[in-house]
Amino acid sequence: MTAGSNTDFVLAVEGLTVSFDGFKAVNDLSFYVDENEIRVIIGPNGAGKTTVLDLICGRTRATAGSIKFRNQELTKLKEHDIVKAGVGRKFQNPSIYGDLTVFENLEISYPTGRSVFGALTFKRTDAVVQRIEEIADMIFLKDQLHTEAELLSHGQKQWLEIGMLLIQDPTLLMLDEPVAGMSVTERQQTAKLLRTITKDRSVIVIEHDMQFVAEIADRVTVLHQGRILAEGTAEKVKADPKVVEVYLGH
Amino acid sequence: MSFKSFSDFMPRQDILSFAVLALILLVVLPLSLDIFRLNLVGKYLTFAFVAVGLVLCWGYGGILSLGQGVFYGLGGYALAMFLKLESSDPESTRIQSTPGIPDFMDWNRITELPWFWEPFHSLTFTVIAIIVIPSLFAYLIGVAMFKRRVGGVYFAIITQAIAAIMTILIIGQQGYTGGVNGITDLRTLKGWDIRSDFASYVFYFLAVVLLFVCLFLAQYIRRSKLGRLLVAMRGQEDRVRFSGYDVANFKIFVFCVGASFAAIGGAMFTLQEGFMSPSFVGIVPSIEMVIFCAVGGRLSLVGAVYGALLVNFAKTVLGETFPELWLFAMGLLFIGVVMAFPNGLAGLYNSYVARYVDRLLDKVFGPQRSSDAYRPASSDTVPPAAPGLRQNSTSPTEGAIS
Repeated sequence: MTAGSNTDFVLAVEGLTVSFDGFKAVNDLSFYVDENEIRVIIGPNGAGKTTVLDLICGRTRATAGSIKFRNQELTKLKEHDIVKAGVGRKFQNPSIYGDLTVFENLEISYPTGRSVFGALTFKRTDAVVQRIEEIADMIFLKDQLHTEAELLSHGQKQWLEIGMLLIQDPTLLMLDEPVAGMSVTERQQTAKLLRTITKDRSVIVIEHDMQFVAEIADRVTVLHQGRILAEGTAEKVKADPKVVEVYLGH
Repeated sequence: MSFKSFSDFMPRQDILSFAVLALILLVVLPLSLDIFRLNLVGKYLTFAFVAVGLVLCWGYGGILSLGQGVFYGLGGYALAMFLKLESSDPESTRIQSTPGIPDFMDWNRITELPWFWEPFHSLTFTVIAIIVIPSLFAYLIGVAMFKRRVGGVYFAIITQAIAAIMTILIIGQQGYTGGVNGITDLRTLKGWDIRSDFASYVFYFLAVVLLFVCLFLAQYIRRSKLGRLLVAMRGQEDRVRFSGYDVANFKIFVFCVGASFAAIGGAMFTLQEGFMSPSFVGIVPSIEMVIFCAVGGRLSLVGAVYGALLVNFAKTVLGETFPELWLFAMGLLFIGVVMAFPNGLAGLYNSYVARYVDRLLDKVFGPQRSSDAYRPASSDTVPPAAPGLRQNSTSPTEGAIS
């Protein structure tokens, strides 16, 4: 493993490689994310986009390379310690707790009482309730606090999961296809939501919808076969002939 | 205390169900049954301890242990060792070639009390050991399994294997354990005859009181954030992990709690029946314990108690009349319940009766003060459909163990 250099970036990924039985899903990847930047990762299926997020949040272990979050090496940390360091991740399929209410979903994500003893003695204080209501308002679910999450629509589930991350107030937020399966109105609302929540934090988004990408991205990274194909602003990337050939062309 | 008010800890319907159970166990049964029958109920109740622990582990945490008999046995054996030592004083064992050691050791030509039996001369040590040894064992299994993310069916199979190993060990080490007969002929506790009718009454009430202690502890866990975390983990373990929780620790904790409940049950069994044997440790009794929990309702603490009582009652009645058929009946019962009524008796109560009771309570006490503003009024009485029927798990049986 390379040591990785110390930088001013929120996230510095250097020489990141992961191989599954010889197949290199991510191959010698390096990229850097600035403070308050919204970075969108695009690329064809199997390009390794989700794997990159898996690697950052510790779900998959890197074969080689370094991931530094505010100069703290993440590749050896446990998943829950990565979360505690300030990295939040939304999964592709909405992962919410169907048997619990919206309120309880958010409450579990509230970042205190994370040990066994802490969970046993956790108290639903006014501060907790207030924060949950605040977040619920932000994610358009204020009227649904009592609803069991299973009963929410697909789009609402996506918002709920985003809310569950927001309540942790992560420094780096990673969203895997946040608008997949959403209606046009929901999509617009989500774009608005993303713009409000991305103040004061860095965000990595995986997305396919180029219009949506252009709307939110500061910079775009195009992945292809586990490597970076192009990087830059949305316009620059869209105009890149290599990108058009492997991804946008069809 | 992590609750804002008492009704956060015990909603109205829970108070009612606890009170009804207390009334039945403390008043109705003792007044209506003779001591022989009451003693039987007391024996059934020892399995209720296990079932209550399983509600937490399996119903809430989704951890299906098919080896709870191990912990029941450990608790039971710990107390049996103490009682056996007490009844093996040199005076009453003077005809043995080595007086002062348990009779079965003498039969197996052991001439000295094994070192691990020594501390069981002390009642204090024994009482502590009843809880600590099974919890410690559960902790070791939990660390070995959950830290490596072994779960679901694999965990169930491994616990079952442990139950089998335990039985083989006990039977094989006859000289140290009493073998297949178990530890028998237990007579006194600190000089007090445990076989008298009066003692039976005392032990029955002791069992009820301890059961309620366990029920309240379980209720506390269930209603705390940890209880909700268990439900969350059952369906979306990764989401919990990536919300900053060390998931394995929570599983280990609840598994240890289940083990210690089972151990208390085992010790109460020894006390009431005057013996402990490997027939309560192995695979079959362990699976039976899961059935008690499933029949009563794996999401209901009180339901599990009724499940243990009813299935054991049926076992006594049917098992005496048709001993060969009983195992088949038990198997059918399990399959039937899991397929048709995944939430057991408690589920039936909640779907068909609870709302009328709620209305009645509304009339008598006025509408429930919203103790838990963030649950629909009825959601505590109408628990979610069985995890087995959710999209996360494809079939009821798979859901049962995933």
